[in-house]
Amino acid sequence: MELSGENTPMVSFRKVRKSYGALTVLDDLDLDINAGEMVSIIGPSGSGKTTVLRMLMTLEQINSGVIYVDGKPLTHMPKSGKLVPASERHLRSRRADIGMCFQHFNLFPHMTALENCMEGPVQVLGLPKAEARDRSEKLLELVGMIAKKDQHPSRLSGGQQQRVAIARALAMRPKVMLFDEVTSALDPEVIGEVTNVIRGLVSEHNLTMLMVTHQMGFARDISDRVCFFYGGKIEEQGHPSELFGNPQRERTQQFLSAVREAV
Amino acid sequence: MFDWKWEFAWEILPRLVSATGNTLLAAGAGYAIALVLGLALAIAQRSPYRGLTFVVREFVEFIRSTPLLLQIFFIFYVGPQFGIRLSPWMSGMIAIGLHYSCYLSEVYRGGIESVPKGQWEAAIALNMTTVQKYRRVIIPQAIPSALSGMGNYLVGIFKDTPMLSVIGVAELIHTANAIGSEHYRFLEPFTMVGIIFLAISLPAAGLIRLAEGRVRRKLGLK
Repeated sequence: MELSGENTPMVSFRKVRKSYGALTVLDDLDLDINAGEMVSIIGPSGSGKTTVLRMLMTLEQINSGVIYVDGKPLTHMPKSGKLVPASERHLRSRRADIGMCFQHFNLFPHMTALENCMEGPVQVLGLPKAEARDRSEKLLELVGMIAKKDQHPSRLSGGQQQRVAIARALAMRPKVMLFDEVTSALDPEVIGEVTNVIRGLVSEHNLTMLMVTHQMGFARDISDRVCFFYGGKIEEQGHPSELFGNPQRERTQQFLSAVREAV
Repeated sequence: MFDWKWEFAWEILPRLVSATGNTLLAAGAGYAIALVLGLALAIAQRSPYRGLTFVVREFVEFIRSTPLLLQIFFIFYVGPQFGIRLSPWMSGMIAIGLHYSCYLSEVYRGGIESVPKGQWEAAIALNMTTVQKYRRVIIPQAIPSALSGMGNYLVGIFKDTPMLSVIGVAELIHTANAIGSEHYRFLEPFTMVGIIFLAISLPAAGLIRLAEGRVRRKLGLK
């Protein structure tokens, strides 16, 4: 039922399949991500990149296969010796390990930056307000947004909103952080303020991170491993210096040269 | 108009004022029921339980497609056959509350649907329960866009309270009719009732618009 052993991956996709009707988005995906590893997912649109994150956040149901987090099944639960699809209750008990940042930030517009960060800790984790405030303020400090803590999202720029969203996700103390194209909706001049925050997380925190991005330079800089998705499969994966420097597969080469031309 | 008697008008004013109180009470209580029940119906229609959503949807459709008057008669006159004996007041408030809850559920539904999908996803990413999602994230954002519809139905309920006169609730129309029958004069009582309705409906509509702006600002939604 559970994955065990010395080197149990933090996240493990086992033969995961996802389709919408006749359209197969992910085809028997096997992917392990080790604790503390930073993995980037790149690839053309429609290749299933974002779906990988959304399935892990339980925003999408999978059609077959199992996803494990920290060795325990996420999408399924053991019942009389078999794994059966997870109930909402099981999902709630396992989802706490995962945090996510979205392309469009999705901050709660009726709450200030600080309230956005405190919401999860107070309501979901049941932390006392003082403690949640303390934790949230430290994180807003970390992302450089403490000065704007009492502003509503409508008063913040995209880059600022995304930094608050990162603090909000971190306030839940997840083991795994997911970044879904977090810079795609940003103006070019503010992309750096968000990528710098993520850079800081990589060097200072022992978080496991999975990032979907179109920024090849950024992925190359900070990833331990890069996965190139094509047609619902991992076409090629490896250390960024190998994947970007010496791609083996033709599709990877085509994609990378197309991306370079665009820049 | 040339026959208008001020003396008579002054004489019957106290009775009409007290009937106005009854009308407001009936409208207020009916609206309170409709607000709470309407929200429950709106949320039930979105539940993952197919059977529940089907029953609720059909119920809402049924209530909205039949006249309020019929529902009032049904609860008051047919209820006792099923062992439900209610006073005219109770029957009336339940009928109005039930009727308008179905309209309000549609208003709420529109408000809930206007909340972007990303807000639901953010709530899931924070591992919220269904109750937390609605209470903390969705409803606070759904209400501002639902407010004008909610306000319209408040005025609507107020104007529909005369229907309760048919089962003997002493609201404005019922009282005006009674006064008219007693004195064989209908001009003054009915004219005054019209003015009273106008005097309450018009400012109410203005106040609702004011409240709408205030709520939006308070929630930081410009």
